[in-house]
Amino acid sequence: MNTQEKHASCASTGSVTASPVLDIRGLRLRLPRTARPVLDGVDLTVAAGETVALVGESGSGKTLTSRSVLRLLPPGAGTEGAVRVAGEDVLTMSAARLRALRTGTAAMIFQDPRAAINPLRRIGDFLTESLRLNTGTSAEEAERRAGELLVAVGLAPAVMRQYPGQLSGGMLQRVMIAAALMGDPALLLADEATTALDVTTQAEVVALLGDLRDRFGTGLLFVTHDLGLAATISDRVYVMYAGRIVEAGPADALFARPRHPYTAALLAATPRLDAPQGRLNAIDGQPPDLKAELTGCPFAPRCVHATGICTEQAPEDRAVTAAPDGREHRVACHHSDRVTGSADHG
Amino acid sequence: MNFLRFGLRRLAEMAVTLLAASFVIFGAMYLAPGSPASFLLSGRSASPAALEAINRQYHLDDPFAVRYFRWLGQLLHGDFGRSITYRTDVSRLLADRLPSTLLLVAMALVLVVAAGLALGRIAAVRGGAVDSTILVTTTLAVGTPSFVAAVLLQGLFAVRLHWFPAGGTGDGPVQMLWHLTLPAVALALYLIGMLARVTRSAMVEVLGQEHVTVALSRGVPRRKVMGRHVFRNALGTVLTTGGLIVSTLLVCTVLVESAFGVGGIGQLLELSITTKDFPTVQAISLTMVGLFMLINLAVDLAHPLVDPRIALGPRRSAA
Repeated sequence: MNTQEKHASCASTGSVTASPVLDIRGLRLRLPRTARPVLDGVDLTVAAGETVALVGESGSGKTLTSRSVLRLLPPGAGTEGAVRVAGEDVLTMSAARLRALRTGTAAMIFQDPRAAINPLRRIGDFLTESLRLNTGTSAEEAERRAGELLVAVGLAPAVMRQYPGQLSGGMLQRVMIAAALMGDPALLLADEATTALDVTTQAEVVALLGDLRDRFGTGLLFVTHDLGLAATISDRVYVMYAGRIVEAGPADALFARPRHPYTAALLAATPRLDAPQGRLNAIDGQPPDLKAELTGCPFAPRCVHATGICTEQAPEDRAVTAAPDGREHRVACHHSDRVTGSADHG
Repeated sequence: MNFLRFGLRRLAEMAVTLLAASFVIFGAMYLAPGSPASFLLSGRSASPAALEAINRQYHLDDPFAVRYFRWLGQLLHGDFGRSITYRTDVSRLLADRLPSTLLLVAMALVLVVAAGLALGRIAAVRGGAVDSTILVTTTLAVGTPSFVAAVLLQGLFAVRLHWFPAGGTGDGPVQMLWHLTLPAVALALYLIGMLARVTRSAMVEVLGQEHVTVALSRGVPRRKVMGRHVFRNALGTVLTTGGLIVSTLLVCTVLVESAFGVGGIGQLLELSITTKDFPTVQAISLTMVGLFMLINLAVDLAHPLVDPRIALGPRRSAA
């Protein structure tokens, strides 16, 4: 598989040195009228030039996690913990600092570019407005930069004079990416950035993101429910379930030998081209309701390995194996030893 | 479809509409009870000879079709006929009266647009108690008919406080503005409420859209997002009420002009209807239809400027 080579090249650029561009510590987020936190002690780091995938089912909290990096929180949300971007805590910074962070340090690529770009304004206006309104960059300077970035994402600078309705979805997502790069960010957040695109365009956009990360040295947090995509693009993977990180580790190690039953089950539920099956192994049961308190492991009711301790005591997050290059593989499961690999499932 | 073709097409449509309107207007007066002759005689019994003389002078005995086409022919030559009550050319009457009405409607329109948009925008942006207050106030405004507003404003600002004259039109531009202030407010009140509510709900709808969150997530200041994205995108919805606003102004000006004794075409229309002054009523009605169509044309032409997704011309059947 050529993904192996890709990982090798990624690992060389994405070394875990210096301080990370994104460092989430014990992030807990509560919403009004819920019995338990939507995010419950999330720890996550992204180093400069590193690609990190955050995977999980819908409702697991992965989008909330990525949005909290820009402090795009739902109304009434209460937070604990810290979300540091380039060393500064996003959750406590002033409004002015927050605007500066959103303009320059971190930028998000949204899922549906058709909804994310104002249909009544020209592409050029969308690309340049953040810089022009916040940094005192002149219109000519901002347009010059927008033109360069449009070329970098494979579009002609002439699209700046067009309206969103005149471009295809794939082109708009490229515009979205160019817009995210306008402020020369240290961190890119891609929230299901390819989900709304067709498969060919998806592959193009993923390749483009990889190129741009190498070229500009940005950290990339890639939020997706697509495990295959996560395996292809990322250096490290975080698996999220019911607002908690249940497993985290180097992409190759984690996919070769998942240590959390949920990761294993997710992998088993992913359609594979190389191992055709009659039907997919769906995970039985539903993710836990936000209206109910949780004791023990959130996955226990759906887990084939669950025993008494699982429903009584929440599993501690612990290191299972350290990869040779020092990157840790961590899991929060009482019975991680019983979980067998997924590569040979079916 | 290009601008010129669109313009020509609309002009042709307007001509047809005007023709249809002229027929309805003429027919309505013909069907209404009473006749100018009986009004002129005002209850006195006249000799059949005198009655016949009046009927002959104003062609009241001719068949409907003959009278309609004679009137239409005169119209095409710019001749609205002679007023039966005032015994002068209707075009003279209109030329004398139209400026005060146009000034009144224009003043009211400025008030409606300025206050309506501002109140709607403030309600949407601020929310909370400010929003509730504006909602309650505008509900009150929408529930008050313009003639009631006229009486209330007269009672308070003219009779009690003597800030403004209670009626009349005034001579000279400054006097006219001063005289027309209260009527303009009375005329505008209902529409300010309506426009504020339309603006507010259009903005609230845009506020929930993803591109607003995206703009904020890119560090665009909230105040700028409100102007450049939320208010800007709400304008299309607001513009569609433009035709309705102007037509309401034209209709309500009849009541307000009468209440304040403003010598405009609204008051003239009311007087002419009670006196069965056929030519005058027809001319004023047709003028109002024409004004209304011009405003609608302006709104349609402005739409693509506000929303680039809208192209000029009829909606394509498949899209």
